Amino acid sequence: MKTSAPSLFSAALAIARKDLAAEFRSRELISAMLVFAMLVILIFNFALELDVGVRQSVTAGVLWTTFAFAGTLGLNRSMAVEKDRGCMDGLLLAPVDRSAIFFGKALSNLAFMLLVEAIVLPLYALLYNETRVFKLEFLGVLALGSIGYIAVGTLLSAMSAQTRTRDVLLPILLFPVAVPVLLASVKASGGIIAGLPFEEILVPLNLLIVYDVIFVAVSFMIFDFIVEE
Amino acid sequence: MIEVKKLVKRFGLKTVLKGLDFSAQAGEFVALLGPNGAGKTTFLRILSSLSRPTLGSVRVAGYSLPDESAKVRARLGVVSHQPLLYPDLTAEENLQFYARMYGVVNRAARVAEILDMVGLEKRRRDLVGAFSRGMQQRLAIGRAVLHDPEAILFDEPYTGLDQDASEMLDGVLRSVAAQGRAVVMTSHDLVRAESLATRFDVLTRGAIVASALRDDFQNSNLMDFYKKALAA
Amino acid sequence: MQSKPIALTVLDVLSVIGIGAATYFALVFAPTEAVMGNVQRVFYFHVGTAWVGMVGFVLAAVAGVVFLITKDLKWDRLEFAAVEVSAMFFFITIALGSIWARPAWNTWWTWDPRLTTAAVTELVYIAYFMLRAGIEDPEKRARFGAVYALLGGLSAPVTFMVIRLFRTIHPVVIGNQSAAAQGGFDMESGMLIAMFVAIGAFTILFVDLIWHRVRLAKLEATVEEIKLKNSI
Repeated sequence: MKTSAPSLFSAALAIARKDLAAEFRSRELISAMLVFAMLVILIFNFALELDVGVRQSVTAGVLWTTFAFAGTLGLNRSMAVEKDRGCMDGLLLAPVDRSAIFFGKALSNLAFMLLVEAIVLPLYALLYNETRVFKLEFLGVLALGSIGYIAVGTLLSAMSAQTRTRDVLLPILLFPVAVPVLLASVKASGGIIAGLPFEEILVPLNLLIVYDVIFVAVSFMIFDFIVEE
Repeated sequence: MIEVKKLVKRFGLKTVLKGLDFSAQAGEFVALLGPNGAGKTTFLRILSSLSRPTLGSVRVAGYSLPDESAKVRARLGVVSHQPLLYPDLTAEENLQFYARMYGVVNRAARVAEILDMVGLEKRRRDLVGAFSRGMQQRLAIGRAVLHDPEAILFDEPYTGLDQDASEMLDGVLRSVAAQGRAVVMTSHDLVRAESLATRFDVLTRGAIVASALRDDFQNSNLMDFYKKALAA
Repeated sequence: MQSKPIALTVLDVLSVIGIGAATYFALVFAPTEAVMGNVQRVFYFHVGTAWVGMVGFVLAAVAGVVFLITKDLKWDRLEFAAVEVSAMFFFITIALGSIWARPAWNTWWTWDPRLTTAAVTELVYIAYFMLRAGIEDPEKRARFGAVYALLGGLSAPVTFMVIRLFRTIHPVVIGNQSAAAQGGFDMESGMLIAMFVAIGAFTILFVDLIWHRVRLAKLEATVEEIKLKNSI
């Protein structure tokens, strides 16, 4: 019987693939995120009276709030799957660097988040006749924002899953440190919808990239401290 | 195969293991006996690199923990009281996944071989969530030996199993142990332990207090030995 | 128990003298600001507390990193003390800022970058306390706390820079001038002296409080240990 310890990358892919396969079968996580996202938009619709004039300026904010809320739901669930049946131990027992686990979970979390965004965005566009959300720059900001949010979120969900308060704790931990990524994304994507010149979008975009680089790297490096005993 | 010297483990201020010495050779099947809270699970978690030793030296399959933990993990199989399987994946998918995580080279063939070994060949396309506790436990053992480990740790493998499932597990355990591996099993079930193990160590109050080989039990039985060890 | 070090007693006395002096400089020595009048005098303590609040935040992140590297719980005690003390000072900063903002900006609160960042930082502190409260094992509590203090410390400057971008979108409550211009005043030399006295006094008080808090944490740990020993 031959084995050769898998590379960090292939182990991460295996984890992400496993998550996607399980989700494809149960659809628990995605459907919960989607229903929740649509409910949030419905509430915003009435709370903010999203008529044409208001919509222009708040679309980015509404979408990002929706994605952030739905995102915590997914992050919590994805880590609970590992924690509830002790599967996290199964991952930790594999002869790979622990960063691979972070990388793999972050990949599948990101896939779930992007999938929800890919469904919610056309629905929003349809409901409000807002096709500017399909601009390439807008989608780019969406991807960058999701990456930063999911990186920190994956790290913190691994942490909150090991506390007494569990799911309740994740948004409380996540939102204060994710303020920059959420606000920079809102600022950048709002500017894109408003048709501002690229130079004006560049500043929040740069901050977004800075945040992504710092937090992806740091989360990657310190994940080990979250799972060791 | 497993070499532990003066192992100390503290959780905060609480010292769970107090200078534990232990060793197991290839081919040995050691039953680790002891009351609840004696530190058995903690000890196995340290051997499997899930928990770091506070003090002392731990060597498994020639590598020391925690420094060479990835190398240890590649040579070690672990069955805990939870099956470590994903209920939304089929038996085959679960094994496929772990085979990838261990870098098993001939994946499809190895997974089929394991399914056959634990008697789940016919159920390979069923979701693990629909499995009985006994079937899950057999699959968990299959998962633990996927990468042909040199040493295997079982933490209370019989927890929650009925008579039939336990007997079936006996067979699987014997076949796993019979391949020249070092096996360490914690158990409450003295009868079961007696029928499987070649050596019996009693762990209580954070240390091994007594040890005996199967051959030592000509006149007395395991129960007496265990009680004496705890009373000492 | 070790007795209280003399240096700490000296620091206690210095803190009292320092705060007394700062009070004198703020309320009596500094000239009355021409436009805002006496209410401007909260400014000195506002700057003093904001300064140590920020120092504490950075100190916590640094102590957290050192803990993660060394695994020595004394760094955890320093980190926790820094967070606790600077959370209190930040709260005072925000309260004093509000008192000052009421006449200066005609509102108790404005979403100014500094204010908002201070508020977000306060929320990070609260989350930090809630995280620690949810973990029983002191070692794990220290590890998670350190990780979170580090994340908080890293995100705070980015938060500040991001919120600065929103200034143009959020209306400033008072007319067409920018918020900073409305609150600004030329500092006379007397005011500058009062400000530096306040900064100095609060720095001494900060060090003093942290020292006390670290000693208290050490005592807590000792009590835990004794309790545990007695229970066995």
